[in-house]
Amino acid sequence: MDTPDSNSTEVISTPVPTETTVIEDRTRRNADNLEVKGGGGLETRGLHAWFNKHHALADVSLHFPENTVTGLIGPSGCGKSTFLRMLNRMHEFIPKASMAGEVLFEGRDIYATDVNPIEIRRRIGMVFQKPNPFPAMNIGENVIAGLKLAKIKVKDKDTLIEECLTRAGLWKEVKDRLKAPGGSLSGGQQQRLCIARSLALQPDVLLLDEPCSALDPGSTLRVEETIVQLSESMTVVIVTHNMQQAARVSDYCAFFLSDGGPGRLVEADLTTNMFSNPRDTRTADYVQGRFG
Amino acid sequence: MTTALAPTAVPAQRRPWNRRRQTVVRSGILVLASLAISYGLTETTELGGILGFYLGLALCLPVLVFAESIRHGWNVAVDRVAASVIVAAFGAVLIPWASIFLTVYRKGSKAFHAGYLTEDMRITPSSDPLQFGGVAHAIVGTLIMVLIASAIAVPLGITAAVYIVEVKGRFAGFVRFLTQAMSGVPSIVAGLFIYATVVIFFGGFSAWAGALAYVILMLPTVARTAEEVLKLVPDELRSASYALGASQARTTFRVVLPTIASGLVTSAILGVARVAGETAPLILTASYFVATSTNLNEPIASLPIYIFSSLGLGDDNATTRAWGGSLVLLIVVFVLFALARTLSTRLSRK
Repeated sequence: MDTPDSNSTEVISTPVPTETTVIEDRTRRNADNLEVKGGGGLETRGLHAWFNKHHALADVSLHFPENTVTGLIGPSGCGKSTFLRMLNRMHEFIPKASMAGEVLFEGRDIYATDVNPIEIRRRIGMVFQKPNPFPAMNIGENVIAGLKLAKIKVKDKDTLIEECLTRAGLWKEVKDRLKAPGGSLSGGQQQRLCIARSLALQPDVLLLDEPCSALDPGSTLRVEETIVQLSESMTVVIVTHNMQQAARVSDYCAFFLSDGGPGRLVEADLTTNMFSNPRDTRTADYVQGRFG
Repeated sequence: MTTALAPTAVPAQRRPWNRRRQTVVRSGILVLASLAISYGLTETTELGGILGFYLGLALCLPVLVFAESIRHGWNVAVDRVAASVIVAAFGAVLIPWASIFLTVYRKGSKAFHAGYLTEDMRITPSSDPLQFGGVAHAIVGTLIMVLIASAIAVPLGITAAVYIVEVKGRFAGFVRFLTQAMSGVPSIVAGLFIYATVVIFFGGFSAWAGALAYVILMLPTVARTAEEVLKLVPDELRSASYALGASQARTTFRVVLPTIASGLVTSAILGVARVAGETAPLILTASYFVATSTNLNEPIASLPIYIFSSLGLGDDNATTRAWGGSLVLLIVVFVLFALARTLSTRLSRK
């Protein structure tokens, strides 16, 4: 929902920032809106993950407040991606995977027996590390692929395509070639197409798994701007190996680490605190690039 | 209030996405109910016979599944109906398979006695009582010819595939066309060809000739399957190898082929499957011999010809022997497949 919670004492009145100032605005927004956050959103309680006998992730309890960006950081193999995939029930596609704990979405455990995982994935979207537009569809078809696949009727396709592509920051570049195949775009454009594709389903949460790791700096910047704008209307969780990116786009940060055993959540806090004044020395070492 | 425990307490692993026992029981009830309804339909209405039963089943199961799951919403219901149709189709495929196997087992097991797998027919006419004679000669003959044929056709077929996909030589298109054309060759023609070129030339039926006829049938199957598997290897792997300064030969033999080892085993299995039960190519090449023989220059027995010749006699005992031979042939082919599968998992686990 775009409208802020009516119970909140303060109303978020951040004006829609212009493209150039938006990134600097993040830190200010963090500090200002801390109390307002924490209504709905997504929450994990004592989440564990296994691959067969291998304990990959242990006891992660984390809250993602509504309409915020949370960055998941940590060295490779610490369970960030596993954790992310558990948030929209993609974990179960891996044979012999198992889990423990709860993921609360709007107060309900998405792993409860009566929950339809298809519905969950429709409302909690995901963008992967490698851009994966459908090769058999053109750009426009890719955008509304989610609706087509879910058999949701669209009244005005063209408007929706334009809106989603605009929000993903791709409209200007592709508006004259919507009939071109998705694979004809550059890597950065393909990734924004994938974001647009997720947006068409109007998800409440968007999960991004290292969305910029294969992109050049210009495309990265544009994707980051897109993420910041999206967080006005949805909860975003992003896995990233890039500390500057975490600092630029996220309101909150969560640091994961594995000491050879399962990955654990070391610390989670406002991004500003995580980078300026972390409580754990390992966090300090990591964000300053002393290991990992 | 419980105080925070040390994080050593690890909760039990669970898989909430697995189907619950309840769901399994419910599906079972639905299947039984639709079986009962379709049986009732065939009994009470004009719709009779086994076909009518299947038709009733095919209509009943989806309808019942839909009625049961619609309370979870349209999408879930459609999902479950689709799943039930798939399961029903699987069952329909299973029926002829099980029927063939059970018939062969029922009729063939009568021919089995203590020495069935170790004795041959050198002193036993096919019409003799079933406690005499066996299929040892046919098993040995079939194994010899299949192994020789595999030893020739598999390397040759893979080489052809490598030529088409890896070398991309000038005649790649032509070779591909030839393999495709060859896979349409009727098996009797393969036998006739070997008869004209090998049997007449070298003056008689032999195990060699039978194996060569097999090669002609196996080669296109192996080559085409291997070609399809080779195409699945991502070009990145080849690039990575070339970028390390490897030659094309080293890249092919050390990187590409090991990557698809299990796929190549599959191509060999399909090749064996193509020939193991063939009778026609052997009639004019390996012919038949009643004693166990390992002489490759002499006529040799084989399971298909054993079945064929026993059936032709019209005697009850001989017919039972033919069924017994069929059962042995099924088992031999199954054992070959199991061996190849085990081998391929070993290879890919390395």
